[in-house]
Amino acid sequence: MTETQAKSRGQELVAQIFRGSWVLSALAVLTSFIAGGLLIALSNAGVQSASGYFVSRPLDTLTAIWNAVFGAYDALFRGSIFNYQSTTWVGMIKPITETLAYATPITFAGLGLAVAFRSGLFNIGGTGQIIFGAMFAGWVGIYVDLPFWIHFPLAVIAGVIGGAFYGALVGLLKATTGANEVIVTIMFNYIAALLLTYLLKTPILQAPKAVNPISPPVMESAKYPAFLGSDFRIHAGFIAMLLAVWGVWWLLNRSTMGFQFRALGHNPNASRVAGINIGLNYVLVMAVSGALAGLAGTSQILGTEGFLTTGVAASFGFDAITVALLGRNKPIGVLAAGILFGGLRAGAVTMQANQGVPIDIVFIVQSMIVLFIAAPPLVRAIYRLPTGEKSARKVSARKAAKAAAK
Amino acid sequence: MKLELRGITKKFGALVANDNVNLLAEPGKIHCLLGENGAGKSTLMNVLYGLYQPDSGEILVDDKQVVFGGPGDAMAAGIGMVHQHFMLIPVFTVAENVILGHEPVRFGGILDLEAARKKVKEISDSFGFDVDPDAVVGDLPVGVQQRVEIIKALVSDAQVLIFDEPTAVLTPQETDELMVIMKQLRDSGKAIVFITHKLREVKEVADKITVIRLGKVVGEAKPTDSAEEMAAMMVGRAVDLDVHKRAAKLGETTFKVSELSAWSDTGHQVLEDVSFEIRAGEILVIAGVQGNGQTELTEAILGMHGKTHGSIELDGYQLIGKNVKQVLDLGVGFVPEDRTEDGLVAEFTIAENLMLDRSDREPFAKGMALKLDYLKGFAQEKVKQFDVRAQGITSLAGELSGGNQQKVVLARELSRDLRLLVASQPTRGLDVGSIEFVHEQIVAARDSGIPVLIVATELDEATQLGDRIAVMYRGKVVGIVDPKTDRAVLGQMMAGITATGSKKAKK
Repeated sequence: MTETQAKSRGQELVAQIFRGSWVLSALAVLTSFIAGGLLIALSNAGVQSASGYFVSRPLDTLTAIWNAVFGAYDALFRGSIFNYQSTTWVGMIKPITETLAYATPITFAGLGLAVAFRSGLFNIGGTGQIIFGAMFAGWVGIYVDLPFWIHFPLAVIAGVIGGAFYGALVGLLKATTGANEVIVTIMFNYIAALLLTYLLKTPILQAPKAVNPISPPVMESAKYPAFLGSDFRIHAGFIAMLLAVWGVWWLLNRSTMGFQFRALGHNPNASRVAGINIGLNYVLVMAVSGALAGLAGTSQILGTEGFLTTGVAASFGFDAITVALLGRNKPIGVLAAGILFGGLRAGAVTMQANQGVPIDIVFIVQSMIVLFIAAPPLVRAIYRLPTGEKSARKVSARKAAKAAAK
Repeated sequence: MKLELRGITKKFGALVANDNVNLLAEPGKIHCLLGENGAGKSTLMNVLYGLYQPDSGEILVDDKQVVFGGPGDAMAAGIGMVHQHFMLIPVFTVAENVILGHEPVRFGGILDLEAARKKVKEISDSFGFDVDPDAVVGDLPVGVQQRVEIIKALVSDAQVLIFDEPTAVLTPQETDELMVIMKQLRDSGKAIVFITHKLREVKEVADKITVIRLGKVVGEAKPTDSAEEMAAMMVGRAVDLDVHKRAAKLGETTFKVSELSAWSDTGHQVLEDVSFEIRAGEILVIAGVQGNGQTELTEAILGMHGKTHGSIELDGYQLIGKNVKQVLDLGVGFVPEDRTEDGLVAEFTIAENLMLDRSDREPFAKGMALKLDYLKGFAQEKVKQFDVRAQGITSLAGELSGGNQQKVVLARELSRDLRLLVASQPTRGLDVGSIEFVHEQIVAARDSGIPVLIVATELDEATQLGDRIAVMYRGKVVGIVDPKTDRAVLGQMMAGITATGSKKAKK
C-alpha cells in the first residue's frame, strides 16, 4: 500500500510538473531566449554582410551568427552574473550584485501583485503603488531629521503606508461601488505619475534651486545600509525582500488572512456563503498588495536611487506583472523570476555597451516570455508536451477509480 | 426506424465513460436508460448525437452502419433530442424557434413564417399539445416550452426521440402530462429513448429498461420490478429508499419567519409575505417548483439578500439586518443549493474546505496563524465520520464526486453547534447511496433538537423527509400541509392552486 502510494505520488509529481507550470515557465523563458538569439543574429551587421555571399561560403554566415549570438549572450552573462574578464574581485562579482539590486524592487512589486492575483484581483496598479510608496518614504527620508534607528524604519513604514493606502483605495472602490479593479488601477497609475510630476515641480518635493523635476537627496540616516560597501549598489533592501518572500509565503499558506484571500480568489461565492466578508477582504488584499509595491518604492528611493524623480517606478510596475505570472504567483517562484528579470536588466547594459546589441532585445525577450506564458498551448505545441487538460483528467480519473475501488 | 448502438466504448484519458455499451431502440417502444449521475448516460447520448466520436463500437440505423460527425448528421438521420436545458430563444415565438436553423423560404429568400405556423399547429393538434405558434417562448410555462422542444424535433421528422432527463424542471402535473405525451409518441410509431434516474417515471412508461452503472450496462430490468430492485441494480448494492425517522419530538418554536418580503436587484418582488414557524426537532420542507422564491428565502435567512422586509427570528434574535458571518455565528448551518458554486472551493483540499467558515478562529486558528495540525486531525476524523471517499484529506474538493462533495459540505456545517439547519436541495444530483446518507444526517440533526428547513423540488423527498410541508409558488407560501397529503393535492399547490381541504394541518 505504502509503495503504491509513494509511486502514485511520484507519478503525480511528474504529472503536476508537466501539466503545471514550472516546466512551462522554464520552457517559455528558453524559447524566448532562442527567439531573442534569432533577432540578434538578424540585426547583426556581420551576419547581414556574410549572408550576402551565403551560397558561396555558407560557413561564414554561420560563424557570424554564432559570433553575434554567443557574443551577445556572453555579454549578458558577464553583465548579470559573473564577469570573468575583470581583473579585480570587485569587478568580477559586481554583476551578480547588480542583478540582485535590480531584482529587489521587481520582486517586491511582483510579490505584491502575486498576492492580489492569488486573491482573484487583477492589480495592474503596481506602478502607482510604487510611486506612492516612494513619495511617502521619500518625504520622510528627505525632510524628517532623526537618528538612523528611528529615521530609517520610519521612512520604510511611511513607504509601506503610502503603497498600502493607494492600494486599499482601489479595494474600497471595488467593495463599495463594484468598480472593476483593472480599470481603476490603470487610471490610478496615471494619477500617481502625474501627481508625482506635479509635486516635483512644487516646493513640496522639488529640490531648492533645481530646474529639473528632482527632489533633494534622502538623508543618509534614512537609507538602506549598503552592506557590501559603497562599491556596490546592492543594499539591505535585498535582505528585506528575502524576508518579504518568506512573509508572503507565510501569509498565503499559514495565516487566516491568506486563507481567506485564497478562498476569495478561487471562489468568491463560496467565500461569501461561508461568512467571509468580501468587501473587507478586497480592501485588505489591495492594501497588502500595495504595501509590497510600496516597499519596492522604498528600495528605490531609500536604496539605489537616493532621490525622487519622475522615473522612480521605472518599468517595475509592469515587469512585476510578468514576474508574478512567470513565478506562478508563488513567492519562491516570484523570487526566481524577479532575479531573472533583474539579471536581464543588469546584463542588457553590458550587452549594449560591449556588443552593440540594442537594449531593446532584452525588452523583446521579456515581452516574449509574457507571450509564451500567456499562451501555454503554444509552448506545449512547440515541445510536444501532453496537454494539461488531458493529464489532469487522467489524474482525476485515477483518483476516482481508486476511490471507487475502496 | 430502428436505432442500435453496438459495443460503444468511449474513454477520456484513463476514465472509461462508456464500456462496450449496447442499446436498441425500436419503433413503438419506450426504452429507458436508467443510471445514476455520472454513470455515463449523457456521454452515451452525446456519442449518439455526434458530439463525441466513440473509441470503438458502431451506430446502426435500420441495420446500416452510420457515422455522425455532429448533431446535424444525427438530425438528418432522423434522431431528435429533447435537451435537459432547453435550446430555445426566449424572445422568439414558438414558430420562429421551431424553424430556427432550417428556415423555410419563399421565392426571393423571404421567410415563410406562415408555413412554419401551419406546421406547428398541425403537430400540436395531432398530439394534443395545445401550443400556440405565435406565443413568445419566454412567456410560456416550462412544461409548454418542453413541448416546443419536442415539436422542434418532430418538425425535422425525427423517428427516434431522445429525452435527456426531461422531468428535472417540471412540476408533478407537467411530469404526468409529459408521460402521456411520450406514450402518444410511442403509439404513433416513434422510437423513444428516455434517460432518467427517477424510478417512478421509469416504472410508469418504460417498455424496456437498460440499467447502466459506471459506464457499463449492468442488465435489463422489467417495468414490473420493484423500485428497490432497480435501485439496487443502479447502485450495485441493496438500497433503502425510505427515509427512516421516528416521530418528531417537538420542542419550542425557536425559528420564526413572519411577513417576509424580498425584492430582486431589479425591483421585482421575489418573496411576498412569507410566514412560517419551525419548532425545535422538526423538519419543515419548502416544496415547490424551482424558481418560486426558495433560493431567495434561504438567501434572506442567511443575510445574503439585499432588499428584504419583515422578520426572521432565531432563538429570539432578529436575523434581518445581520450579515452572513453574524448569522452563521448564531448557529445557522447552511447547505447551499449549488454546492460547487456556493458550498465548496474546488481548488481547495477537503481539509481546507472543512474550515472554510471558521478559518479565522479557535480551534482552527490562533491569532493570525492557522493551526494546520489541528485541521489535519479534524479533517481525518470528519472524513471518516462522514464516509467521504477520497484518497486523503489533501484531495482537491473539485475532484470528488457530487456525493462526496456534499458529504464534505455536510461535515463542515454539522460539526458546529447548530441552532438551525437550512439545506437547499441537499440531494440534488446525488446518487442513490449518497441520498440515503444525506437524509440520515438531516434526520439526525433534527433529532438533536434543532429546527430544520429543507428546500426540496422532488415531491418524494418532500413527503418522506418533512414533518410538515410548506408549498411555495411565485414567492408566496400557498399552504402548509401534512406530508401525508395526497400527491395530487400537493402537485396542484405547486402549480399555485390553493389547497382547501388541507388547511387543517396548518398550525
